[in-house]
Amino acid sequence: MSETPEHAGTGSPDAQVPDPLDASSVAAAVDAALADIAAAADLDALKAVRIAHTGEKSPLSLANRGIGALPKEQKSAAGKNIGPARGRINQALAARTTELEAERDARILVEEAVDVTAAPRRRRAGARHPLSTLQERVSDVFVGMGWEIAEGPELESEWFNFDALNFKPDHPAREMQDTFFVEPPEAHLVLRTHTSPVQVRSMLERDLPIYVLCPGKVFRTDELDATHTPVFHQFEGLAIDKGLTMADLVGTLEHFTRQLFGDEAKVRLRPNYFPFTEPSAELDIWHPGAKGGPRWIEWGGCGMVNPNVLRATGIDPDVYSGFAFGMGIERALMFRNEVSDMRDMIEGDVRFSEHFGMEI
Amino acid sequence: MRIPLSWLREYAAVPADATAEDVMAELVKVGLEEEDVHRPTDELKGPVVVGQVLSLVKEPQSNGKTINWCEVRVVPEGAEQTLTGDGIDPSGVQGIVCGAHNFVEGDKVVVTLPGAVLPGDFRISPRKTYGHVSAGMIASVRELGIGDDHDGILVLSTLGLDPEVGTDAMELLGLYDEAAEINVTPDRGYCFSIRGVAREYAHATGTGFTDPAGAVVVPQAKDAGYPVRLEDSAPIYGRPGCDRFVARTVRGVDPSRPTPPWMSARLRLAGIRSISLVVDISNYVMLELGQPLHFYDLDRLSGDIVVRRATAGEKLRTLDDRERTLDAEDLLITDASGPIGIAGVMGGAATEVSDGTRNVLIESAHFEEVGIGRSRRRHRLPSEASKRFERGVDWNVADVAAQRAVELLLELAGGTADDAVTDVGQAPAPRVIDLAADFPARLIGREFTDEQIRGTLTDLGATVDTVDGGYRVTAPSWRTDLETREDLTEEIIRLVGYDTIPSTLPVAPPGRGLTRVQQQRRRLLNALAGAGLTEVLSYPFVSEKANAVFGMPDEGAPVASVKLANPLSAELGYLRRSILPGLVELVKRNSSRGFRDLALFEAGAVFLPGATLGTESIPPLGIRPDDDVLDALYAGIPDQPQTIAALFTGHETTPSAGVVPRSWDWADAIDVVQLMGRITGVDIVVRQGSHQAFHPGRTAEFSLRSGEVLGYAGELHPKLIAAQDLPARTVALEINADLLFDAAADVIVARPLSTYPPATQDVALVVDSGVVAGDVLETLREGAGELLEDVSLFDVYTGQGIGEGRKSLAFALRFRAPDRTLTAEEASAARDAAVALAAERFGAVQR
Repeated sequence: MSETPEHAGTGSPDAQVPDPLDASSVAAAVDAALADIAAAADLDALKAVRIAHTGEKSPLSLANRGIGALPKEQKSAAGKNIGPARGRINQALAARTTELEAERDARILVEEAVDVTAAPRRRRAGARHPLSTLQERVSDVFVGMGWEIAEGPELESEWFNFDALNFKPDHPAREMQDTFFVEPPEAHLVLRTHTSPVQVRSMLERDLPIYVLCPGKVFRTDELDATHTPVFHQFEGLAIDKGLTMADLVGTLEHFTRQLFGDEAKVRLRPNYFPFTEPSAELDIWHPGAKGGPRWIEWGGCGMVNPNVLRATGIDPDVYSGFAFGMGIERALMFRNEVSDMRDMIEGDVRFSEHFGMEI
Repeated sequence: MRIPLSWLREYAAVPADATAEDVMAELVKVGLEEEDVHRPTDELKGPVVVGQVLSLVKEPQSNGKTINWCEVRVVPEGAEQTLTGDGIDPSGVQGIVCGAHNFVEGDKVVVTLPGAVLPGDFRISPRKTYGHVSAGMIASVRELGIGDDHDGILVLSTLGLDPEVGTDAMELLGLYDEAAEINVTPDRGYCFSIRGVAREYAHATGTGFTDPAGAVVVPQAKDAGYPVRLEDSAPIYGRPGCDRFVARTVRGVDPSRPTPPWMSARLRLAGIRSISLVVDISNYVMLELGQPLHFYDLDRLSGDIVVRRATAGEKLRTLDDRERTLDAEDLLITDASGPIGIAGVMGGAATEVSDGTRNVLIESAHFEEVGIGRSRRRHRLPSEASKRFERGVDWNVADVAAQRAVELLLELAGGTADDAVTDVGQAPAPRVIDLAADFPARLIGREFTDEQIRGTLTDLGATVDTVDGGYRVTAPSWRTDLETREDLTEEIIRLVGYDTIPSTLPVAPPGRGLTRVQQQRRRLLNALAGAGLTEVLSYPFVSEKANAVFGMPDEGAPVASVKLANPLSAELGYLRRSILPGLVELVKRNSSRGFRDLALFEAGAVFLPGATLGTESIPPLGIRPDDDVLDALYAGIPDQPQTIAALFTGHETTPSAGVVPRSWDWADAIDVVQLMGRITGVDIVVRQGSHQAFHPGRTAEFSLRSGEVLGYAGELHPKLIAAQDLPARTVALEINADLLFDAAADVIVARPLSTYPPATQDVALVVDSGVVAGDVLETLREGAGELLEDVSLFDVYTGQGIGEGRKSLAFALRFRAPDRTLTAEEASAARDAAVALAAERFGAVQR
């Protein structure tokens, strides 16, 4: 600011009224006004300055009013002195107003600043259970291949769970399933030990060819520990078509495994035994992202559908062949998402689900 | 099955330096999965040597014990002690304090020298005790990890041994051997033998195999053997319970002879306890050849042996000394005295061999699989014998095994064998399977040469003949699992290698994607999570009481629950009719872990049995049941509707700066159900409800427009909350998701949107406090007519100016016309009509 002390009082009401014909006294009034405008520190001060220099009682207003009393020939000269002088003052006022308003606005924004790190949590974040979302993700891979998702009851007839799948009534394989039976035993109801009964239902109820994935809950009489749970989840696949081979099984598993574990993933089959497939195989997958480095991991079983299973559902094994596979969702979650204790995923601790949100 | 490597090496080309892990790595290729490794040297480390007790001085102690101060020679007299180290006496004689008293001067014993480590990480070092420095230990069998006997130290002469002093005792006792434990699948009973596994090892490695059965020369059967008759009057599935019985007699065995260490070491590694020489021999032959044997004390037998079915109620004391009541289906070995054994499962106590047995009758029989399995289950008697018979034993090996047992008895126990041999029965017809030449290629998806097919099957022991278009294969007698062309194909690809199967991706026909219900379920569950609820999964096992309370709205009404025959816990022995008991448990668990502000939900099946439960009979396998049989199977399976339940406790959010968290209340539970309706596009009707698990005044019942009840929501009953120790005002909901999804329209028809301005009107109606707002709201909607776009309750007021027993309900009505701007008069007229109807129905008075 270039204001000087002698200007400080020029805005006072008793300021000298300039002579409208005296250009220098008008200029002095303008200078006094401009100095006051520049000196106004805020919008309130500026308001006072505006009244002092442009209000009805301001020197230039009074001088302007005085023009009317002047002789006619002097009016024009006086007007030329006063008019521009008032214009300059109004202009300076407007400019200073804009300036002070901007300062005020900026100050308010600064004053309104908050601590964003202290924002309260108002919305509750829910979550899906990872076992559910992983089942959905697996299902989507197969849906993308043109397969459909088949479902069935958890409490099943023994026929669907065992006999239709070529478990002979007295064969030791039947006991290996650690089955939950229902009272009375004569009702022949069991909690399904695998989702294979859904495959049987699919073969009975669907038109050929069949390409279905059967995810769901299954039951075995294992006590809960770090690696076992009596209630767990599986997904089983079944394809029945003309001319399907074990090579098709390998190709399907390979394609699927890569979707879930990346392009480096591989599958390996080892001979095994299941009543419902022949040949049967144990399925290992090469998990490139395994904790502690890439390695083979046992994941499930698979094989070519036993002709007795096809016969049990009225499909001619001389015309159709098929393959089937089954894997555990809990196990996949353990090695894919590095869950080291089975209990974490089934004890219902909200931290487990909430850590995953709706993702898997 | 545990395979001692030294034993396997006798019949298969296992490299001398191969470990149990190496052997398992080969066997897994042919489908024998690795289970475990048993290696004594993992726990026991030398020096452990043979010592001879030179002197033994008994020294009574003040504590009442007497200890022996022994000088034990551990290197041969005149030889140098080559071992060095703390406590090793260069003289070759160790001073050792020993508390056992079952030995004398001159005995040869096992000495664990300083530096040795015994099982249990017990390190031997010189130590001061009872006034001596004891530099080593004279070991018992238990300390060496080779037996349970801890009564005294091991005196080697009791094992029939007199080795040179200083001999490596671990070598002497077979402790450098190790065993591979493999998992044998139920189809491959022949792998419960060294014979079977050696053959598989040869398959896996392409090396040679020596059949242990081939080395045994079997004498011709003679009529004069012990008389045996097979009299099965009730075969199972048409197959006789016993189709071969070989009996051999050995007289004059010496019952005092010990089992040689090489045999007890192998048995131990195989997981079988050494009992006595005679019993050990029967187990040894079983492990080697896969043929279970039973030895009788010949002097305790009377009359002919007859193999027959039991008569119901017959009794037998089995050799585990328990009396068993027999079932008519049990196959028995009997003599003139009655039953002397449950065939193939367990022998009888009265005729078993004992310490005094001198004359032995060897039974080597072939029993049918199913009957053995049933007897084993019936009597809960799993045994090494039943395990093998159930899975199928080689019919042809019975006489070989008997001969092998005779030879071992003569060699190790002395005695003489009768020339007479009993061998009765009828060999089953060999299984002949036709295999089209191109079938393996069609099933596997790769070509096979004639050599790969013929060679593989021949290697297995099958006979392969060429017939028109393919092969006629006679399965080997020990492969009872081979029945079909698929079985043979598996064998071919198993031995050629599963890793040679190519990879092709079959193309499925165009699919339909997820079904409508599958999509609805995903959207709904995602929406619940989006609304702040956390999905959890609980077990479906509940108590009978939980089902009675949560699974049935009306208290005291009969509740049909599915009961498990073999639950994990007797208390939780039923399948849930409601998901809520499971959620209650999860609330408690979370609460105990410090999480008390919870909104949990679960979607899953509940089990609602109807009039019929299951079916009495089950159709046979391998054939499609008739439609009516299938219908009956379907009809017997209880209804299991997909259900969604949620439980809320504590607060909506955790406390944070400037926010007072809101407690969950009954309205949240109701609101979430209403949310489900909005998401699925289903019009859900809510009314005051009643359910024994819920607060009688704070329960909503939800139904479809059709009247079908969807479920309940509200505050749990305070008594229940107290009994379950839940936080006060815990609220819950449970609805049948199947009904909800089913009610949703396939196609949602759009409504035209009027762009004319709305006219809003508020009304406050005073009604009796018993009138529910929902009914008034519905009435206003009805009375206002078509111009009404929306009506909502925005205030409920009781108190001053309203009157006792009355309340004021304030509603906001929004009117809009599709084709014009409404005038104030039109809106007021519609409002008045609405109020008039409410006045008529409920006596509502406008304030």
